[in-house]
Amino acid sequence: MHSLMTQYTPNLLDYWPEFIKSIGETLQMLFLSGIYSFVIGLFLGTVMVVTRKGNILENVYIYRIIDSLVNLFRSIPFVILITALIPVTKLVVGTFIGVKGAIFPLIIGCTPFFIRQVDMALSDIDPGLIEAAQSMGLSPLGIIFRVYLKESIPGLARSTTITTVSLLGLTAMGGAVGGGGLGSFVIRYGHNRYYQDITYVSVIVILIFVTIIQFIGNIIIKKTSH
Amino acid sequence: MIQLVDISKDFISDKVRVTAVKDVNLTINNGEVFGVIGYSGAGKSTLVRCINLLERPTKGKVLIDGIDLVQLKEKELRKYRQKIGMIFQQFNLLGSRTVFDNVAFPLKYRGISKEEIKERVLSLLELVGISDKVDAYPSQLSGGQKQRVAIARALATEPSILLCDEATSALDPQTTKSILKLLKEVNQKLGITIVIITHEMHVIKEICDRVAVMEGGNVVELNDAISIFSNPQAQITKDFINSTSNLSKMDELIEEKSSVVELEPGQRIWRLDFLGTEATKEPIIAEISSKYNINPSIIFANVDVISDTVLGSLIVLVTISEQAEEQVIEYLKEKQIKVEVIKYA
Ligand SMILES: Nc1ncnc2c1ncn2[C@@H]1O[C@H](COP(=O)(O)OP(=O)(O)OP(=O)(O)O)[C@@H](O)[C@H]1O
Ligand SMILES: [Mg+2]
Repeated sequence: MHSLMTQYTPNLLDYWPEFIKSIGETLQMLFLSGIYSFVIGLFLGTVMVVTRKGNILENVYIYRIIDSLVNLFRSIPFVILITALIPVTKLVVGTFIGVKGAIFPLIIGCTPFFIRQVDMALSDIDPGLIEAAQSMGLSPLGIIFRVYLKESIPGLARSTTITTVSLLGLTAMGGAVGGGGLGSFVIRYGHNRYYQDITYVSVIVILIFVTIIQFIGNIIIKKTSH
Repeated sequence: MIQLVDISKDFISDKVRVTAVKDVNLTINNGEVFGVIGYSGAGKSTLVRCINLLERPTKGKVLIDGIDLVQLKEKELRKYRQKIGMIFQQFNLLGSRTVFDNVAFPLKYRGISKEEIKERVLSLLELVGISDKVDAYPSQLSGGQKQRVAIARALATEPSILLCDEATSALDPQTTKSILKLLKEVNQKLGITIVIITHEMHVIKEICDRVAVMEGGNVVELNDAISIFSNPQAQITKDFINSTSNLSKMDELIEEKSSVVELEPGQRIWRLDFLGTEATKEPIIAEISSKYNINPSIIFANVDVISDTVLGSLIVLVTISEQAEEQVIEYLKEKQIKVEVIKYA
């Protein structure tokens, strides 16, 4: 192994501890911002669906506010967003560098995307099911949990998979502006010093992550679709 | 008892006001099977959805056993809705849940014990005849089976009213029959009032006690099923009946000037309509034949059974003088037989 690495990936070997640390940072950013984005996105996405015109808790104002915010944040490229957010990030988490500083902008960048995904997944629910639930005397909250969310688990699993993969992409970008993780590792060595072996191995690591995420997603989708 | 008092429902879409239901007054008695028939867009669904307030009427009262649902607060209304089951054309089963869980769905989170839920669900599944599918998912069921599950689910909260919006329209004729039979059984065994929306006259024929015919948001005719079939008043009702009856073929034949209906001078084609209660007890054809010395030959006959009453129609060819014709028609009228001269030469 060691001799193989000396032969094919000499630079990576030199920076091995940093490489491992970067992977850890990427995972940390992915999990932390992923969990926050999931919870916030699921909540706001659901609110958006049920407040849409003709739905159970119709409310044009709430709907429009969420819809506009989602559109606004989705239209700002992430590298710009992360820079523009620096003062806010500093205010919220105390710093704008490192993993800690990256998580806040990651949440802001990822959540709107996930809200849209949740919106699509829940909107796929047949309005007939909502009607049937209403005719059985379910409360709006009952309909949200027992029909909208429960019935769209496969759709939500798909949304979560797609969002997690795109979030992984954002963490790399976050790295580019001082966030740490594999992104900044590759920029420092693969890009700036042109250590190609570092770039390629990192690509493979990312590919493995994506594969694992999709594998887990597919299992959940399969288990919950009938 | 369901009383709809001056119900109107307007929809506003794209700034255009559509009046789906106009000033409808209806009383549906406990334990009856009440049909609402009309063409697409007549306002049937809207009217029936006003009964459980899935659609809030623009004006009017919805009285269920004397209580106006329109006046109730959301929370109380939800309680009342449990007493009004509903089934749909597209079944609306929850795809992520098994048959058991679908039927148990309206019972959960209501403080009913697990054992009791299980007992109730299993006995309902037995009632609707799909006990063998307890653990199946809706996607593994046929349309008829899905509707059976939907019926069981609608009955789970022990409602006194069951609303059926085109419940058989997605099913083949054989399955339709079996579902209608099940509904009739539910009506008789459990004493549940059933309101059925349909655009098919044979559904009415099969199980309805009374019928409202809707057109353009209005109820244009309201009567018991036998009267609707034997003595329709509104043009639309007549059209509906013709569309299901074989006798409409006769009109086509006449229109096409078919040789079957070619007449010689003095010949006529009559249509005789009779209700089974009286007419079938006497040998009427034989009587008029000997009494007036005519020999009617039957070209066409049709028999329907509606709410256990025979409704028969005969189309006969007779050779008869105008004078005698009047007498015979008078005589038949006395015997409660309606005569219509469809063609004469
Ligand atoms: N939510 C709605 N918004 C706007 N217009 C509506 C709405 N629901 C019904 N309508 C209109 O009201 C009228 C009656 O519709 P309804 O669905 O009650 O008819 P229907 O007799 O049940 O017809 P079908 O046999 O096709 O189901 C139609 O003109 C329809 O376009
Ligand atoms: Mg309809």
